[in-house]
Amino acid sequence: MSEQLYQERIVALAKAKTGAGKLAAPTKSARRDNPLCGDRVTIDVALDATGKIKDIAHQVRGCLLCEASASALASVAVGRDAAGIAALRHEADRALGREEGEAGEPFSAFTPVRQHKSRQDCVLLPFEALKDALS
Amino acid sequence: MSFDLAALRAQFPILSQVVNGNPLHYLDNGASAQTPLAVLDAVRTYETTGRANVVRGVHMLAERATEAYEGARAEVAAFLGVVPSEIIFTGGCTAAINLVAYSYGSLLKPGDRILLSTLEHHSNIVPWQLLRSRSGIEIDALPVTDEGRIDLSALPRMLTPRTKLVSLVHVSNVTGASLDVKTVVAAARSVGAKIMLDGAQRAPHGPLDLPSLDIDFYVFAGHKVFGPNGVGVLWARPELLEAMPPFHGGGSMIGRVTFAETTWAPPPRRFEAGTPPIGQAIGLGAACKWMRGLDWMAVHAHEMALTQRAMDGLQGIAGTRILGPSSLQDRYPVVSFALEGVHTHDVAQVLDSFGVAVRAGHHCAQPLMDHFDLAGTTRVSIAPYNDNGDIDAMLAGVEHAAKILR
Repeated sequence: MSEQLYQERIVALAKAKTGAGKLAAPTKSARRDNPLCGDRVTIDVALDATGKIKDIAHQVRGCLLCEASASALASVAVGRDAAGIAALRHEADRALGREEGEAGEPFSAFTPVRQHKSRQDCVLLPFEALKDALS
Repeated sequence: MSFDLAALRAQFPILSQVVNGNPLHYLDNGASAQTPLAVLDAVRTYETTGRANVVRGVHMLAERATEAYEGARAEVAAFLGVVPSEIIFTGGCTAAINLVAYSYGSLLKPGDRILLSTLEHHSNIVPWQLLRSRSGIEIDALPVTDEGRIDLSALPRMLTPRTKLVSLVHVSNVTGASLDVKTVVAAARSVGAKIMLDGAQRAPHGPLDLPSLDIDFYVFAGHKVFGPNGVGVLWARPELLEAMPPFHGGGSMIGRVTFAETTWAPPPRRFEAGTPPIGQAIGLGAACKWMRGLDWMAVHAHEMALTQRAMDGLQGIAGTRILGPSSLQDRYPVVSFALEGVHTHDVAQVLDSFGVAVRAGHHCAQPLMDHFDLAGTTRVSIAPYNDNGDIDAMLAGVEHAAKILR
């Protein structure tokens, strides 16, 4: 099962570390912890006057799935506002089998996590942190 | 070895199953141990021939249930080397600590101090924080050494005349380190403090002789000692139990109830309000009896040989850091490690694909993780039924995780 879980696309997303780090002057920041496992995601965003993301950075103290998710999210977040990020969350939920339909890219990479319900929060933690940062 | 490992394993039907295409290698005993047929049979006998409430019924099934329940109390007492009236059945180890924190804690005054340690499980931290909020007591925490033991050299400066209780983990659920009880007791007595030990990780490794430890409270969980879930034990000195008020109110724990006043039953009944976990307690009694039937000299040697095999193998994998004592001296068969560059949950997930069950994360010991600046560890915890194959499968899985995830 885990051989399928840690497929190349997820490992590649995690290793890409897209957006990893901090912003020098974030408009907003938010931190989310997963109390069950102790994983932690901190997200910085720089917003334009209309509330759209100009730049994003994340620090992940978490598992490979959490790193991959933060990386995937950062790769498509720029130019989106809170509603646009909420739409991406639906893509992740589709990948995880929580909603009907096919997941778009890059979140379809997380389809193998459907079978591992205990790990789905690892994928969603960066979404929760970003949602907090935009609220 | 003077015990038959194959025969022992045969008593645990769950071990024969296949997980993810591999034989099950169950190394998560520190979280929950498996249950032998003797325990399953005892619970089944109660459920099929004596299921009734205890204490107050006069019919045959109630008589059987009460006899079995009190028989279980006697088995637990024999396992600890104490008398049955000093044994309180609780909902678990956490419930037992909460009972002490609430009941004994209610006798404390603002400014009184409780001494804990950085090595404690959250269940031996949070109940005291709740007490602090209620009654204004203060909490101190002994530091830990680099090899994951409670640093007892700090005892003289951390014990004060206001310290009323020293509550420490007997064996760490993370590092496997065993407490030097004698030193703690001598120091605590010098300031008049009581001593409680959290025995959750010690009790699964053989019977105890509590009187020889000269402590005041001892707690452990049923499911970690090969018994059912939902039951635990508090042992306390009888004079302490006698002085302590009830934790929960309800049926069974009363002497006489009127709207004007209610009196309490004597211990242990005073602390067992409502219908207790009867089947679970009976199963726990059977587990204690089963454990007393093992040759623990041989079992301990077996468990520690597996521990050494695990530690040696892990040290041979590049980037592995073992969190805990480097030798087998004063330690029990729990091995926690971090694998550089690979998150502990990813290690555990890969191990699952090898049929290996371990625990990963902070192990409800976040202050300890903070101390070592770790998000978590992967923990291998060993029981008498484990074998070399279990350890070797775990090592193969860790090597594989290092290969594919780094």
